[in-house]
Amino acid sequence: MMEQGRLAAWGIGLAALVALPFVYRDPYHLHILVLILIWSFAYTSWSIMGRFGLVSLGHGGFMGIGAYVTALLWNHLGWSPWIGIPVSMVAAGTLALIVGYPCFRFRITGHYFVLVTLALSGIVLQVITATRDYTGGSLGYTPNRASGNKLLALQFDDKLTWYLIALGVWLFGIVVWHWVDRSMSRYALEAISEDEDAAAAAGVNVTAEKLKITLLSAVMTALAGAIYCQYQMFITPDTVSGIAVSLQMVFAAIVGGLFVSLGPTFGAVITILLAETLRIGFGTKAVGWDNLVYGVLLVLFIIFLPKGILGSVLDRLKPQRKVPRAHEQEAVQIARPGT
Amino acid sequence: MQGFLDIFDIYLLEAVINGILLGGVLALLALGLNLIFGVIDVTWICYAELVMIGMYAMYFMVQYYGLSYFVAAPFTVLLVAMLGAALHFLVIAPLLTAPPINQLLATGGVLFVLQSFATVAFGIDFRNLGIRLPVLAFGDMNFSYARLLSFLAALVGMVCVYLFMTRTFTGTAIRAISQDRQIMALMGVDTRRIYLITSAIGGGLAGLAACLLVLQYDVHPFVGLSFGPITFLICVLGGLGNFIGGFIAAFVFAEIISLGGLFSDLEWGYVLAFAFFIVMMFIRPAGLLARRR
Repeated sequence: MMEQGRLAAWGIGLAALVALPFVYRDPYHLHILVLILIWSFAYTSWSIMGRFGLVSLGHGGFMGIGAYVTALLWNHLGWSPWIGIPVSMVAAGTLALIVGYPCFRFRITGHYFVLVTLALSGIVLQVITATRDYTGGSLGYTPNRASGNKLLALQFDDKLTWYLIALGVWLFGIVVWHWVDRSMSRYALEAISEDEDAAAAAGVNVTAEKLKITLLSAVMTALAGAIYCQYQMFITPDTVSGIAVSLQMVFAAIVGGLFVSLGPTFGAVITILLAETLRIGFGTKAVGWDNLVYGVLLVLFIIFLPKGILGSVLDRLKPQRKVPRAHEQEAVQIARPGT
Repeated sequence: MQGFLDIFDIYLLEAVINGILLGGVLALLALGLNLIFGVIDVTWICYAELVMIGMYAMYFMVQYYGLSYFVAAPFTVLLVAMLGAALHFLVIAPLLTAPPINQLLATGGVLFVLQSFATVAFGIDFRNLGIRLPVLAFGDMNFSYARLLSFLAALVGMVCVYLFMTRTFTGTAIRAISQDRQIMALMGVDTRRIYLITSAIGGGLAGLAACLLVLQYDVHPFVGLSFGPITFLICVLGGLGNFIGGFIAAFVFAEIISLGGLFSDLEWGYVLAFAFFIVMMFIRPAGLLARRR
């Protein structure tokens, strides 16, 4: 009964989202919505592995690969994004495996894992900057305008098409999140995040499980990068790769709530609306203010509300919820030091 | 052909020596981070941003208030040391019992704050100290005086920290805490005080690094991103919390960057260093000096 009600709510919500652009056509607001959906997808991709304690700061790198490989293949070799996007996803996946395998095989966890993945986004950023003859370096890069078939080039001029594409991609991300949530891997990964040795002793293949989730997360992030590139038609190393983008993903996911499916989406809504409000309200004077607010919020959230806004609100609404998972209980304790 | 080799060798030697000089500053940066990690078991993702703030402090004191470089430097060290202590008191202390990831992410938030604070307060212009130090010509090789000075100052700083850690009571307590966190409280050591002191020393080292880096590089709000990652890599490569490992790793990295930059652009030096790092993770995941189990 509960399940049916929830499905119905999802169905109505989705129908409303699909219908929205046909009713309301303000291009600026649609543009914001498209950005929110694309970034939500990226944040959701991050949270798929982030929620299991696998905090990666390398996702900026995967996103950069998705965006740049797609654009470079189109400009230099004339490969349609329909081929370029899968190629870029494969490239990001390969990189994730190359970096992930030794990390997981040799038990690089916690600080070490974060710093290794930090190095990864650093590498991607430096490579993009260093190959400036092809990528335009820090000045940014623009995919060539398609002369012929728009669909083949995945370039559309109207916001409506992009809104529907972004909505589809976002929905795909949410579906994958739920799919992972219901899979056996979730239990394995939760066991791993609490105690690797115990999980291994209980028959969980620690390396394989972690690699699977990392691969999935990296490939989805690359897709987000490629879609972002196709939509914006302009990318710079700083907007799609590097440490700042990685931290932004972590931030949005944590603010929204890491342990609920719509948490990262909620985080994207908050962060993008905040940035846009500040930008419109203060104009060029606002440069930097949005990040200042982000940073303060991030620190406050981690100290006082580690489950994020949506996560905490949902907890409040459902006090009789099933026994929280151990690592969330830990998080709750952190919220109230001294209890 | 012979002539080509001659030139090549001189350049190579110059790059090697420049690498050593760069290594001194990197080692200083890594030392502060290693100290914090070794004692408090926290990674300050925002470490390079503290350096950036220190560089701005130097810039303003020297350019606006007309202080001499050597008068401004101790103030900068003091300021960043206080920032380090404040960071510990405000952000790390409430999270000491939290999972390590939370502490790390909280300092990530501080990174945002410091970076955008600098953007808001100082703008995104590149600023430099306006001090042009002479270039030392040695045979056919040229070395910047600033680099030599930084190298020497970094060495002196490290020796001071070494003496402090081995010859004073507080230093001994710091080293003891890095060996066993729980037991020291039972031995009558106030761990909170030691943590604060350690954070202040770590900040002070960042301040010293800032004084040296500002001689060579322009300061802008995002300058931290250019040497922050490399500092973390050095610490991981040396083994987090392992001072000697960090010291060696700093020079290994500096040589790779310097030699890589010799053959191509400087960015490729960085790319090579990053790639080397990932390869080393396969071979020695717990750091250069880790004992094989």
